[in-house]
Amino acid sequence: METLGFLADGFAIALQPANLLWALLGVTLGTAVGVLPGLGPALTIALLLPITFSVPATAAFILFAGIYYGAMYGGSTTSILLNTPGESATIITALEGHKMARQGRAAAALATAAIGSFVAGTIGILGLTFLAPPLVELALQFGPADYFSLMVVSFIAVSAVLGSSVLRGLTSLGLGLLLGLVGIDMQTGQPRFTFGLPELLDGINVIVVAVGLFAVGETLYLAARPKYHGSIAPLKGRGWMTRSDWARSWKAWLRGAALGFPFGTLPAGGAEVPTFVSYYVEKKLSKHPEEFGHGAIEGVAGPEAANNASAAGVLVPMLALGLPTSATAAIMLSAFQSYGINPGPLLLQSQPELVWGLIASLYVGNVILLILNLPLAGLWAKVLAIPAPWLYGGILVFATIGTYGISQSPIDLILLYIIGGMGYLMRRFDYPTAPVIIGMILGPFAEQEFRRAMTISGGDLTVFVTRPLSLTLLIIAAVLLLGPILLRRRMVQRRSPFRHHHDN
Amino acid sequence: MMQRRDFIRMALYGSAALSLPMAFGRSAQAQAIDTLKLFVPANPGGGWDQTARSMEQALKAAGLIKGAQVTNVGGAGGAVGLPQFVNQWKGQGNALMVGGMVMVGALIANRSPIKLTQVTPIARLTGEYQVVVVPANSPHKSMQDLIAAFKADPSKVSWAGGSAGGSDHILAGMIAKASGGDPKKVAYVAYPGGGPAQAALLGAQVTCGISGYGEFGEQIKAGKLRALGISADKRQPGIDIPTLKEQGVDVELVNWRGVFAPPGVKPQDRDAMIDLMAKMNDSPAWKEQLKAKDWTPLFLAGDDYARYIEAENKRIEGILTELGLA
Repeated sequence: METLGFLADGFAIALQPANLLWALLGVTLGTAVGVLPGLGPALTIALLLPITFSVPATAAFILFAGIYYGAMYGGSTTSILLNTPGESATIITALEGHKMARQGRAAAALATAAIGSFVAGTIGILGLTFLAPPLVELALQFGPADYFSLMVVSFIAVSAVLGSSVLRGLTSLGLGLLLGLVGIDMQTGQPRFTFGLPELLDGINVIVVAVGLFAVGETLYLAARPKYHGSIAPLKGRGWMTRSDWARSWKAWLRGAALGFPFGTLPAGGAEVPTFVSYYVEKKLSKHPEEFGHGAIEGVAGPEAANNASAAGVLVPMLALGLPTSATAAIMLSAFQSYGINPGPLLLQSQPELVWGLIASLYVGNVILLILNLPLAGLWAKVLAIPAPWLYGGILVFATIGTYGISQSPIDLILLYIIGGMGYLMRRFDYPTAPVIIGMILGPFAEQEFRRAMTISGGDLTVFVTRPLSLTLLIIAAVLLLGPILLRRRMVQRRSPFRHHHDN
Repeated sequence: MMQRRDFIRMALYGSAALSLPMAFGRSAQAQAIDTLKLFVPANPGGGWDQTARSMEQALKAAGLIKGAQVTNVGGAGGAVGLPQFVNQWKGQGNALMVGGMVMVGALIANRSPIKLTQVTPIARLTGEYQVVVVPANSPHKSMQDLIAAFKADPSKVSWAGGSAGGSDHILAGMIAKASGGDPKKVAYVAYPGGGPAQAALLGAQVTCGISGYGEFGEQIKAGKLRALGISADKRQPGIDIPTLKEQGVDVELVNWRGVFAPPGVKPQDRDAMIDLMAKMNDSPAWKEQLKAKDWTPLFLAGDDYARYIEAENKRIEGILTELGLA
């Protein structure tokens, strides 16, 4: 109950008119940077750091938290409308969201994303408010071996995006794994596949690949077959969410939040992996699995909820222990230092009004975001009324500018168009593009954790089965992977006992 | 993890590209240099970036410059930015690059064709000592305990720190060597930045960890991590940690940060920059920045600094070779 008292004090701070304005400014700015690929919340906050010299600490953090949250909302808008993900955590949203938009259901997709973000964001902040200390203890139990096993589970999510041919899907995955290898290997400091280009030392940015494959590839595909233009359906009716949309969305929101929040609290968790897992879960549980890949609303609702809940999760280790586990958190912590506040495990005790003001402002920011975004959903959707050649020309310009913004490096632009060309060919020959992204994100993650686990255990492979967390995760992976196959076999055996020898 | 990497990569961005309000507290006084151009071969928010922004603040407050323009080109410990500074900023008399020890190591480990000797050393400004820590419930109470365990079986002692070949890894190698062990046998576990490494230590996933004091200070004060030794030459004021040396480990390492002018600047421009840095170092505004950020002043300018960098290059190349990274 002590928590409630602190939270009430926090709201007293966050609801001051000046602080409300800072929150409004923050979420608006955040939405704007979320929309632009290449401009992330970390960079925006870093550029705004000098304001820490002229405004009080609470106001600055309310602004920063607003930017952080706003960016998570904004990223989905371009994913859905333009197939151009603004943030790596919204790449999965583009899969179903853009398909929905092309069927004239952009407003419904944007609405389920906005409401889902609000619901999951609120659940995440509630978790942050009441569960932070025990959750952090749990998150710290995750060692490299456990993370590796968690990645094994996550790889199963690939099966949801394989498309019609397993071989083609796995080829795409392999391509993603290869792209993920480019750059300096963290464990040895040696460059891999950089071809002597210093720009490749830090690896290939996943946003460049996603924008190249989705936006540029799609545009080239359209340009190559002009008749295809007609497939953007005009906006349907009011375009708002129907009763069936609500019925299909709400469970996905809750499941997405339940996946995203704990994942965010993990020091090495991140916001992308829970979106993959959520997509997989929704496809498996959906009553309409055949709609996946053609605009299933659950495929937008779940991943969007997951990424917003994980954003709240990331703040758990930051506020409870002073651990910056994302670039945005790291920059926010460096802003604490500008005020002479040393972020650490004692932050909550030494700066209660700041921390609780920040938490309360997250609730406020979340409400402001919903109010801002819901009416905008219909307005944004009108973008699709632009005739296709103009629209896709615009997407190309937008993708190019955004990519140049990432590092202002011409190498990134060349990569964007090479990958765009590749995306066109993949589309043309019916290779799915999503496994590339999943491979690129999960591959290096799994590799680094595997090698960390090996270094710590002195090369002993049994760590993966002797650690309870890791073993549990591996069993889950085995059940998910083999369960359906075994089940199918048994059913086949029962139906035709004589054919059973032929199967082997 | 990837989210972090992406954000960081996205943040390889020039502040000039986005003219968000940077002009707070600008004052018009008589100055030697109108606009100082600061090149940061790292992303916004990190140590070098903070050094550049603190310099901007202090220089403006002291009335030594009218304004500064900070450009960030991050990646690979400075190895991405340095070629750009050497090639595109050549001969610019009003430009400075922030760099440091991490860059020396990164350039050697990446076998970069461009060396730190190609730029013009101006001044070393600050430094930070490294600390060796263990989780609070660790059986190791002193450096001797840790070293004894390492000598008994190096594969059982895992060391967490920043990227391979960086200052943390270098210190681990130096400790191993100084205590008669083989640096190549150090079971080093590299993490991207201080947060994840601290999480691994707090969860006792690794035996020990190394990072700058600033990174671990709060966890040490809260009793969540135990500091075994600091890589300074003598005890530091306000930090109750014994040095490695007094525990019989003859190792000293400071993660220094300094500034460089581009190659090919005129001698009078170089002298003016050295003078500017000396004036900044003496200014109360800079001292305030040092205090707020907990940085140790380590001013060293001109030729002395150039010789220091040459010596550092040799020393670090030696230890990286012994670690099997160079």
